[in-house]
Amino acid sequence: MGLLSKKDSKLIVDPLTDNNPITIQVLGICSALAITAQLKPSIVMAVSVLFVMGVGNVVISLMRNIIPSKIRIIVQLIVVATLVIIVDQVLKAYSYALSKELSVFIGLIITNCIIMGRFEAFALGNGPWRSFLDGIGNALGYGVILIIVGFFRELLGSGTLFGFKVLGDPVEKTGLYAMGYENNGFMVLPPMALIVVGLIIWVQRSRNKALIED
Amino acid sequence: MAIDTEKNSYTVIFAVVMVIIVGAILAGLASGLKPLVKANERYEKQQNILYAMGINNNEGANDVEFIPTEVVEDEFKKYIKKQYVIQGGEVKEDNDAYLIDIKKEENKAKSGNYQRKLPLFVGEKEGKSIYIVPVRGKGLWDAIWGYVALDKDMVVQGVYFDHKGETPGLGAEIKQRYFMDDFTGEKFLDGDVFKGIKVAKGNNDPRNDIKNDHEVDALAGATITGDGVSAMLQKDVRMYKSYFETLN
Repeated sequence: MGLLSKKDSKLIVDPLTDNNPITIQVLGICSALAITAQLKPSIVMAVSVLFVMGVGNVVISLMRNIIPSKIRIIVQLIVVATLVIIVDQVLKAYSYALSKELSVFIGLIITNCIIMGRFEAFALGNGPWRSFLDGIGNALGYGVILIIVGFFRELLGSGTLFGFKVLGDPVEKTGLYAMGYENNGFMVLPPMALIVVGLIIWVQRSRNKALIED
Repeated sequence: MAIDTEKNSYTVIFAVVMVIIVGAILAGLASGLKPLVKANERYEKQQNILYAMGINNNEGANDVEFIPTEVVEDEFKKYIKKQYVIQGGEVKEDNDAYLIDIKKEENKAKSGNYQRKLPLFVGEKEGKSIYIVPVRGKGLWDAIWGYVALDKDMVVQGVYFDHKGETPGLGAEIKQRYFMDDFTGEKFLDGDVFKGIKVAKGNNDPRNDIKNDHEVDALAGATITGDGVSAMLQKDVRMYKSYFETLN
């Protein structure tokens, strides 16, 4: 990371590993449950959050000295909501098909507690550049987990990836299914996302004992 | 310059200014983009209607492929021969029938003695007349709607479903090919009786080879959305039955 100082690059790398918003801070679980039944929506959600967090963190950071502390939460909410509506409107006008695809995620972005959390915890006390990096880092950390969970849920639940039947055809009984393999219908249901996230947390903590709280 | 951001007056002024700025940005954006959005919505309706009757670019593709927006208006004129509005048993031609807002009609009909307008589109494909009816109902979270293309005996020629906010990967799958394609060939009528088509869990016919059981295979994890589709078809397609009776 030649471009960034050590302190700055830590802002991006930390949330990807030892300070991951989902596995360590356990934030943003609701959207992780809702949309990870397939890989594609997981990626779309990750990208959307990346945009909103990057821009939102910068906006909040620029305003940090003039925001009255009494109404700062409302101000943060307005910033997220405004950004989300702008994205929604522009997509509707110029890329209608994509906006249909995103439909429900757009609303879900607002409810993502990671965004509000970073506004409150970081952007309000740091400059725009560092806030931008922090936003990108946390959104990436969130996105990576979404994509991992989405990958396993789609593969084991539906036997597909991006809608392609990678394990063979369950109806025609080809590929793995010819040998008696069955899709695990449980994986499609939201609670299984929690179990997959739990397994990721387990793996991560057993590799890095420093993360274990007693 | 030090501003006392803790003062009440400052807080109020900040709030007011912020609301005005944000309001202005959003209002400007929304009204500036409105014509584009409206046009997109119109194209989408035309694409959906044509999709249901089998005019689409599905061949060779895995996903739902509409005909491109650039040509949809011409194609719509080419394939949709007549558009009707049925109101209280009276059938009238109306070339803007596809723009009728089903939701508004539904609400108006609920609130009193109003006979709702029922749009119906008659398309022609390979010399055969296809009748397309719009449907609208409730999914798990929000509205679901679609278009059902029928022949004169109310046998399904194709469907298109869409939804506002069903769960991605579960209920949202109603707009996937593998679900919609199953409907083709299913019958709404059993003799002269309207039976509808059910999205059934215990269907035991995943390839949907049996076309006269009035059932298609349900989606795993989307029971309520599936029930919504069954109810929507039952309720809305039934309203057109008397029209189809006049065809034979």
